[in-house]
Amino acid sequence: MNILEVNEIQKSFATQKAVDGVSFRLERGSIFGLLGPNGAGKTTLIRMITGIFYPDEGNIVFEGQPFRAERDSVRIGYMPEERGLYKRMKIGEQALYLAQLKGLSSQQAMQKVKEWFIKFEMQTWWNKKVEDLSKGMSQKLQFVTTVLHEPKLIILDEPFSGLDPVNSNLIKDEIYRLARNGASIVFSTHRMEQVEEICDHIILMNKGRKILDGTVGGVKQQFKENLFRIGFSGISDPPDGSGVFEVVGRSDGQVVVKISDGHRPNDVLRYFIDQGAEINSFTELLPSLNDIFIRLVEGTPLARRFQKN
Amino acid sequence: MSKTWLIMRREYLTRVRRRTFLLSTFMLPVVIVLFIAGSILLALQGKSRHRVAVVDANGYFSKYLKSDSTITFDFSPGLDTANYEQKGCNAVLIIPAIREDQRPAYRLKYKKQLGFAAEEDLKEKLRTAITDRMILEKTGVNRSRLDSIRSASSDMDFSSFEDLGRQARASNQGFSYAIGYVSGFLIYLLTFIYGAMVMRGVMEEKTNRIAEVVVSSVKPFQLMMGKITGIGAVGLTQFLLWIVLIGGLAIVAQGFIPHDTWQQVQQIQQANAMGNGSTAKVGDAAEKIYAIKSTVDTANWWLILGCFLFYFIGGYLFYSALFAAVGSAVNEDPQEAQSLMLPITMPVVFSFIIMSVAVQDTSGALAVWASMIPFSSPIVMMARIPFGVPAWQLGLSMLFLVLGFVFTVWLAGKIYRTGILMYGKKASWKIMWKWAFHK
Repeated sequence: MNILEVNEIQKSFATQKAVDGVSFRLERGSIFGLLGPNGAGKTTLIRMITGIFYPDEGNIVFEGQPFRAERDSVRIGYMPEERGLYKRMKIGEQALYLAQLKGLSSQQAMQKVKEWFIKFEMQTWWNKKVEDLSKGMSQKLQFVTTVLHEPKLIILDEPFSGLDPVNSNLIKDEIYRLARNGASIVFSTHRMEQVEEICDHIILMNKGRKILDGTVGGVKQQFKENLFRIGFSGISDPPDGSGVFEVVGRSDGQVVVKISDGHRPNDVLRYFIDQGAEINSFTELLPSLNDIFIRLVEGTPLARRFQKN
Repeated sequence: MSKTWLIMRREYLTRVRRRTFLLSTFMLPVVIVLFIAGSILLALQGKSRHRVAVVDANGYFSKYLKSDSTITFDFSPGLDTANYEQKGCNAVLIIPAIREDQRPAYRLKYKKQLGFAAEEDLKEKLRTAITDRMILEKTGVNRSRLDSIRSASSDMDFSSFEDLGRQARASNQGFSYAIGYVSGFLIYLLTFIYGAMVMRGVMEEKTNRIAEVVVSSVKPFQLMMGKITGIGAVGLTQFLLWIVLIGGLAIVAQGFIPHDTWQQVQQIQQANAMGNGSTAKVGDAAEKIYAIKSTVDTANWWLILGCFLFYFIGGYLFYSALFAAVGSAVNEDPQEAQSLMLPITMPVVFSFIIMSVAVQDTSGALAVWASMIPFSSPIVMMARIPFGVPAWQLGLSMLFLVLGFVFTVWLAGKIYRTGILMYGKKASWKIMWKWAFHK
């Protein structure tokens, strides 16, 4: 069952369409990547899902019912890209306050805050003020305040920026755990390697429109360009391919080839073997999300990027 | 628990717990007392002593022009316009020979001005001197008769009463003026202090980016109202503390009055209430205390206090909503805040100016109109209340103020909703207008 269905939503500001007819589905327990360059409309989209903005057109269905911010915001946790906390408020009180704003009673809030503070080893911070914390520490606090009311939908905008690897991993593990326990996570970022690692499903937005939608593996398959890396020995010069393939890059003992249309990897291997080469390795080169991202956004062909390597 | 209530509680507690709150609560009365004392002192000091040399062509003015504590006349022979300064005089007055058929030309010369009040005083003294001389010359009244007439006419007991139909209430214009001015000034001051506090609070939330976290849980309007009501509650707390403080001081002060004196005061009070003017023999202190007590009693304190609370809350809501709107529109640049604030601070400052005029003529057209319009009514109406305001005017003014703040809160809510999440764009009133009236 989908926790969230976004149908053809639109939002315009005075001069431009910030979000223009975007639809997607989010399955329960999945980790969803929302990608796009700056100004693509991600924040506006997120603000509509969190109920900060109303869409001009289209609708949002949350847990099978039309989304109503007043009722549903309790089950959503949102961590904006620009972190926000009251600088001069004590950390413990701050966490309690934000939890109560999410609808927890003061006892529930106290219990949850204590649980999370113990889990993240933050107990000793209780009476500190945010202005006394390091960036990483306030990041952890922000994460805790986002998830401590056990939201069903968690929206994280660049959650790892400014975190060291140890704390990054701590939060990453927590994201996996939350997803395993049934929470759905929308994860908005520019950092493609994290998306590849964490997300099940992605959409890519550019200029207010959705330009790509699929699983991480599926998207890579969709954008593969029949590139293979072949490690070989026995022949000095790499063969020219004679119509079966084209050499697009070379390095010591390895070539990257692009198989021509109508041919298959076996044809390439056969060709190499016929030339008397000893094959050491043969790997398909799938494009990284980063490459796909740049290609779609900038219109740069992938092959050219490989030539540079 | 309602979310607006949660927000309000946070705004209230974080401010009341701060050290600056306690400090300002106890410092402001001190500052006001110093301000009043200072202005009284200045007014007193304004009466500096002058020594005026007189060159009299008639020779008889030395008998009529009387020196007093502020002006001393010097009739020494040999004083003239050339040497009066060397002889220690500030000015020289030249009186020509007075002839019946001519309008005499009196001339005063000085190097440094005596000041407006001193010059008026001098003219008055000169006029009295001329009158006295004429009376003595032409009517044959002797000197001692004239002096006793003068002293009898200057010693009078004047008090005014407000006609309330069946009964009359003693009123004291000077005291009403003081209360009116001080309460108008206080509302002016508080509007600025708390309005700016609301604006800073909103700016802080915007620049900290906490606003986005909070508005994903509550409506922007709830956040704004929570902040406005929370800070308003801080203001009320401060105000109540002041009342308690002043009341407490008054009781402590009464404790220092000896029991006997206090009984004497009550005696005078009873005597006056009975209507017999001849008072029993009482001490000087009792007379003074009675004077203070009866002056304080002329004011309708419950009305003044009630209206002060109403106009403080009404004026605060009216203006703080506008301040919140400005706070939501600006980015981190304080310069920007300054220029956007101008259209809000102008009417407040202007109201204060109107108030200081209106307090001198409280039923004039300016005072009446300015106490109706919500922009100025909180400040101007407070100046009028001690003098008595017709009930219908008070009611209408209150109604307009309520409508006024409902409107500004509504308007501010629309601006705030958009502004609080808008970064990087340099705000102007034109843009804010767009936020309010377009989607």
